[in-house]
Amino acid sequence: MEVIFLLICISLIVALGFLMAYLNAVRDGQFDDEVTPAMRILFDGDVPSEKPSTSAEEQTK
Amino acid sequence: MSVHSDPSIVSIQAPASVGTCYHCQEPAPQPLKANGHDFCCRGCLTVYELLESHDLCQYYQLDPQAQFQRGQGLDNPSYAWLDDEEVQEKLLDFKAGNTAQVHFHLPNIHCSSCLWLLERLPKLEPGVKNSRVNFVEKSVSIQFDLSVCTLRKLATLLAGIGYAPEFRMSDLYRVEPPKTSRRMAYQLGVAGFAVGNIMLFSFPEYLGLERQIQPQFSQLFGYISLALALPVLFYSASDFFRSAWRGMLERHLNIDVPLVLGMLMLFLRSTWEILGGTGAGYLDSFAGLVFLMLIGRWFQQISWNQLSFERDYRAYFPVAVTCKKNGEERVVPLSRLEIGDTVLIHNQEIIPADGILLKGEAQIDYSFVSGESEPVPVKAGDKIYAGGRQVGETLEIGLSRLVSNSYLSSLWNQEAFKSPQKGTMSRLADQAGKVFTWLILAAGLGALLYWLPRDTANAINAFTAVMIVACPCNIVLSIPFTLGNILRILGHHGLYLKNIQSVEAFSGINAVVFDKTGTITQAQTQALDFYGANLQEHEKSAIRSLTRHSNHPLSRRLAQQYAGSNLLPVQNFEEILGKGICGVIDGQQYQIGSTAFCGMEGDGLFLLIDNEYHGHFKLHSRFRFGLENLLQFFRQNKYSTWLISGDIPRASEQVAAFFPDADSVFFQQSPNDKLRFVKKLQQSGQRVMMLGDGLNDAGALQQSDLGIVLAEDTNNFTPACDGILHADAFHQFPKMVQLASAGVNIVRWSYAVALTYNFIGLSYALSASLSPLVAAILMPISSVSVVLFGVLLGNWQAYRLGLKEDITPSKPVEVALT
Repeated sequence: MEVIFLLICISLIVALGFLMAYLNAVRDGQFDDEVTPAMRILFDGDVPSEKPSTSAEEQTK
Repeated sequence: MSVHSDPSIVSIQAPASVGTCYHCQEPAPQPLKANGHDFCCRGCLTVYELLESHDLCQYYQLDPQAQFQRGQGLDNPSYAWLDDEEVQEKLLDFKAGNTAQVHFHLPNIHCSSCLWLLERLPKLEPGVKNSRVNFVEKSVSIQFDLSVCTLRKLATLLAGIGYAPEFRMSDLYRVEPPKTSRRMAYQLGVAGFAVGNIMLFSFPEYLGLERQIQPQFSQLFGYISLALALPVLFYSASDFFRSAWRGMLERHLNIDVPLVLGMLMLFLRSTWEILGGTGAGYLDSFAGLVFLMLIGRWFQQISWNQLSFERDYRAYFPVAVTCKKNGEERVVPLSRLEIGDTVLIHNQEIIPADGILLKGEAQIDYSFVSGESEPVPVKAGDKIYAGGRQVGETLEIGLSRLVSNSYLSSLWNQEAFKSPQKGTMSRLADQAGKVFTWLILAAGLGALLYWLPRDTANAINAFTAVMIVACPCNIVLSIPFTLGNILRILGHHGLYLKNIQSVEAFSGINAVVFDKTGTITQAQTQALDFYGANLQEHEKSAIRSLTRHSNHPLSRRLAQQYAGSNLLPVQNFEEILGKGICGVIDGQQYQIGSTAFCGMEGDGLFLLIDNEYHGHFKLHSRFRFGLENLLQFFRQNKYSTWLISGDIPRASEQVAAFFPDADSVFFQQSPNDKLRFVKKLQQSGQRVMMLGDGLNDAGALQQSDLGIVLAEDTNNFTPACDGILHADAFHQFPKMVQLASAGVNIVRWSYAVALTYNFIGLSYALSASLSPLVAAILMPISSVSVVLFGVLLGNWQAYRLGLKEDITPSKPVEVALT
């Protein structure tokens, strides 16, 4: 039965871990804006320009 | 923004091959070509070239619903005043070394393409380090390097690509809103964590195993529960304690007082039992209760992100204005204007302070400020008041007053704006608080006195148990959930209320005061009706072509009315300012103008073709759809109705049709008169709801018990108020009033439900046999059923009233009243 002490410790530590993760997420502002990130994630990576590249484009970083 | 597109042309939707601008998708009759795409103007081409050269043409493919603003080029608007140090300091969110952060409000954000492009600003401007869009607030937060880039450069770039930032005088007085939502999220998280874990450790109690497990386990579980409950008491529940304490200091028993009493008893008794080894305590109930309360607070704290209920005149005025000094034109922030300065007011700009008109043909649109529905002509040398909007040519005005002391802004020096905000605590909760504090104390003492002579140990047990059970937590929950739910339903139908206190305010209202212009009439769409022989198509074309050349508001209205007709070349165009216009079209002499200009008799705007009377136009206010029903509803329900307008007694027969009692109609009322009128009604014992729209109603809205603002477009300026009603939902307003008034009754009924549970609990408590199990079951069940009762009844009420469909786009407004 003594193993229960150990299990309780582990369960509490895991639970605390989740609490920390949640608090961290709040601090990062994850819950401040609930609309924009959902739109942002739908963009694909940047596709190349429709025109073959020219020297004008090379100049820009 | 810059060039407003003609809606009738956009709807034609020419196929791409027939010369549609690749950028703004409007017709391009004489297209500029680049890369095989057509462009309507230099501005659009510039934007395209800019995007193209930075590999950002994906912009055009992202969102089929995108409607891009016409490009303005990169040097167009003058943001010179952004170079002003003082202005910069106030606009920047923070500044550390060379890094600064700013956020701009961009009203043009409307689709995911906008989001995509604006978050790629670092590609367009190397000085920008990072830009993040908040779509709901239509704002972008930009971090940039001050050594490479300036505020002015940023604003000019944004305006150039079609997202002109909007600046208002209030931006300079910005106070960061407190981040209460984050604090609540922390508190909720901690409480939720504690409830879940304490419940786990309470399982032996729930299952009746406490005698079978070894005593060291029960002791350990008890201690762990206690440790978990401490942050709940000291952190999560701290706001309740603070509010109760504040109430006690003010000798005012609010609902948090009995609530805190109950919670404290719960915690102290549990601690006593655990430390003394006599029982397992009720810490699961304690933490669960705090958790539920917090959810209630979170639920009521709905914010309509895009709306603001706190605006004053500063949110209406621009940040800066063009000032003429020693023959030099400079853009100066409004806060630095001085008496005697000469300011230039261009077409559609707002006059920032009172002054004397020095030069120019002034047609001032005061509809928002005074309620006058037609632009007022002002002669040079006459006084001109702040807040009006010039329609027409550029004016020169010599300022005679400071911005803060002008006719309009002095309204904000009135008492109504200084007295503390309308109660932040719910009135309902306040009433309940008083009753419950005494009820709990009486019940507790009763139990104590009954048991004391019989059994001392049981006396303490019974006393604490009564305090725990009688705790009005379910009532505290009923208010935010019931009213918060109604707040949401109303929001879905176009009435956005500031908070649940505004929902409460609906009950008890018995006087309704209306403003005229813009509130019961439509602000923008006054009808110009034509009387005379039917107009042929070529005559309509001629009218459109002729009026297009004039800047007079009536000309613009006419040009808009016939926007569907073709454009014809006009010869010999002539405009006699303030009188009329004439010109030759297709060999016919057209003349449109005032009675005197056309040599006619009577009222109206006359049309002469080849010097012969052809007909005349008359301007009519159109009343909003559903006004009749609305007034009927109020009168049937014994509300007194009043009309108070800043306008001259125009169209009084039409008004009389709606307000037959002449004593209830007041014209030519100044903003201060309106405020005083509402105050007078209140002093005679009435609770007043004010419906208004403009700055001239701001005082009355503030003074009234419930101020509702009507808005055609919720992005536009609205004065401070308790609620904003979308104009399209105007005809639904009677139903909304009924629903909101029902809300308070629903809360009262749910008190009855809550009390039933409390009495069941009391019967256990008084017999001193309240087991943790009973408490753990009774409390959540009573809370959840009270919440469900309130929410479902609210939904049913809304359904019964027919508040089902969301607001539909503007119904045709046909009220025959000519």
